[in-house]
Amino acid sequence: METKKTTFDNRLLPYLLLAPQLFITLVFFIWPAAQAVKSSFEREDPFGLSTAFVGLLHYQRLLSDPEYLAALSRTGVFAVSVTVLSMVLGLAFAAAVDRLTRTGKVYTTLLVWPYAVAPVVAGILWWFLFNSTTGLMPFVLEKFGIDWDHDLNGTQAMILIIVAAAWKQISYNFLFFLAGLQSVPQSLMEAAAIDGSGPVKRFFTISLPLISPTTFFLFIINVNYTMFDTFPIIDATTVGGPAQATTTLVYKVYQDGYIGLNLGSSSAQSVLLMMIVMVLTYVQFRFVERRVQY
Amino acid sequence: MFNRLSMAALAVALSATSSLAATEVTWWHAMGGELGKKLEEIATKFNESQSDYKVVPVYKGSYPETLTAAIAAFRANQQPAIVQVFEVGTGTMMAAEGAVYPVYKLMADEGEAFDTASFLSPVVGYYSDTSGNILSLPFNSSTPIMYYNKDVFEKAGLDPEVAPKTWAEVEEFSKKIVSSGAAKCGFTSAWITWVQTENLSALHDKPFGTLENGFGGMGSEFEFNGDLQVKHWANLKKWQDEGLFKYGGPVGGDQAATMFYAQECAITMNSSAGRAGVINNAKDFTPGFAPLPYYEDEIEQPKNSIIGGATLWVLNGKDKATYTGVAKFFSYLSQPEVQADWHQFTGYLPITNAAYDLGKSQGYYTENPGSDIAIEQITRGTPSANSKGLRFGNFTQVRTIVDEEFQSLMAGNKDAKQALDSAVERGNTLLREFEAAN
Repeated sequence: METKKTTFDNRLLPYLLLAPQLFITLVFFIWPAAQAVKSSFEREDPFGLSTAFVGLLHYQRLLSDPEYLAALSRTGVFAVSVTVLSMVLGLAFAAAVDRLTRTGKVYTTLLVWPYAVAPVVAGILWWFLFNSTTGLMPFVLEKFGIDWDHDLNGTQAMILIIVAAAWKQISYNFLFFLAGLQSVPQSLMEAAAIDGSGPVKRFFTISLPLISPTTFFLFIINVNYTMFDTFPIIDATTVGGPAQATTTLVYKVYQDGYIGLNLGSSSAQSVLLMMIVMVLTYVQFRFVERRVQY
Repeated sequence: MFNRLSMAALAVALSATSSLAATEVTWWHAMGGELGKKLEEIATKFNESQSDYKVVPVYKGSYPETLTAAIAAFRANQQPAIVQVFEVGTGTMMAAEGAVYPVYKLMADEGEAFDTASFLSPVVGYYSDTSGNILSLPFNSSTPIMYYNKDVFEKAGLDPEVAPKTWAEVEEFSKKIVSSGAAKCGFTSAWITWVQTENLSALHDKPFGTLENGFGGMGSEFEFNGDLQVKHWANLKKWQDEGLFKYGGPVGGDQAATMFYAQECAITMNSSAGRAGVINNAKDFTPGFAPLPYYEDEIEQPKNSIIGGATLWVLNGKDKATYTGVAKFFSYLSQPEVQADWHQFTGYLPITNAAYDLGKSQGYYTENPGSDIAIEQITRGTPSANSKGLRFGNFTQVRTIVDEEFQSLMAGNKDAKQALDSAVERGNTLLREFEAAN
């Protein structure tokens, strides 16, 4: 396909057209981010009455703080679990629905529904289901000899937020995977079928490599989702507990900054979080993308 | 639909015209549900009582949310005149000298009568500076008490009119309740931090921190890892293992109330402001009310319990007319009739002696047995340096730490001594941080 090159006679016009977008980015992203960077070097009382420059103190403290490091590795566990769980299940559902001819639309609609649920509502739903006093799941699990109490058991609390966060994301992944699978050329599948490969083999040798751009895209989106958007789910279910067992990096930013009013440390944490995600995305593009076939 | 819209428009128009003449006083608060409605009723009544000032209450969410909102607003120069701050935020507010207009000073500047002695002494003690000046107006103060299920007591063969006085009795009664099958668990508790740690220390006249629990200055250090606290936490763990005690969750411990209402636990300990909730939810059983238990081998006469709840802080940066309105409103709030009404409706303490006396003369306490337990418990004896209250910076976070360490104890990851030592150590780090920032 040939691309047309558009030229502007007016030198100012392109900038004018860009201005609204630039303005929004500047006001709603660059400016707050710059503020966060600035206050991460300062120690300030909550009311902003006295401010002192402390250099890298907050960063030094954080990086030698066992609680922060624990939250870091915890976030890793959480991000990997949620991403793997939601992508594998999303792909499985998509592969299943892709094979349906008549009822596919119905299943698609049903499977996409959870995505319309706000994260905080999703959190509350799972909190209700697993509530150790009134919930349905602990009652059922008791029959299998599992004593469910995520108020005290850190591992169970982690499982709860992983399930709740993944549940919401499955829909999203499902939708993209389904679109990807449906764009796999039918002729390739038929040719493979004639050569005698079964549906499982066809899926792994033809569909999966062909949808790798989708997989790559979803991978980045999911990691970003677990890093930032899971806050409401944690806040509505475990509140970061028990004993910080579900305090991820983003939740710690909230706890230290919003509840604890320690703005300096909280800003330093958001800057670090921002850097972690930037590095991760860079690594993904740099190394993983090479193996993706467009 | 049209009718409703035009009514709304009319209401807006009316309020707009009336507020043209009156000076508006914004009041940010954290009272949701029934409490919020009652609070708005108080503001409305004040507005109707005069025409110069109009108090506008705005609900800002939970206590921490309200405090954070007020601080953010102050930084943006959009602060309300009055903000309701919970007791653990007291340290933060007191340290913010440039942001706060102390109430004693406001009342003196405006020539409003304001007698510190008219307030209940434990309430005054908690909220005044070292020279005895009240910095914020006590509004809703509560203290924890014990609630028990009389029906379960009877089923377990216990006298329903006799509540356990000591922890030994709590253990003994709980054993009977569980072994007789009257209930699944003996007791639970809301607010592990406030009830089972802070109030426990006060009741037994043990320090929670150095320098008079922080009243003496910001250099204070925590010391709630003493023998008594370790013993109590170890007991709670033992009782949990024996099935006598059930953990109700962190912060306010919402599950505690649920378990008590569901008759799963026969006893719970919670704020006196939980009284209305207990009465509303105890449909199938008769609730009893009693003071908090104590260890008789630790103290013969337990000290007064300490308060929770919130006070009203006045923020700097408003004009003179607004402050006159605030002072008038505070005088109105302190009237015995207003106070007694609020106290009797909510279960919060009567803040002034006059409001308490009014309740007595109205016969409220004889008609509602158990409603005066909180007042008696908080006013008994002379408050000592250990039972006067607590004043620490970053205390919201410290409470989170205490909750976390208690969870480690309950999960069996730490023993009582380790958990409390760790809580003290982590808490002290936060205190030093606060000291450095202010």
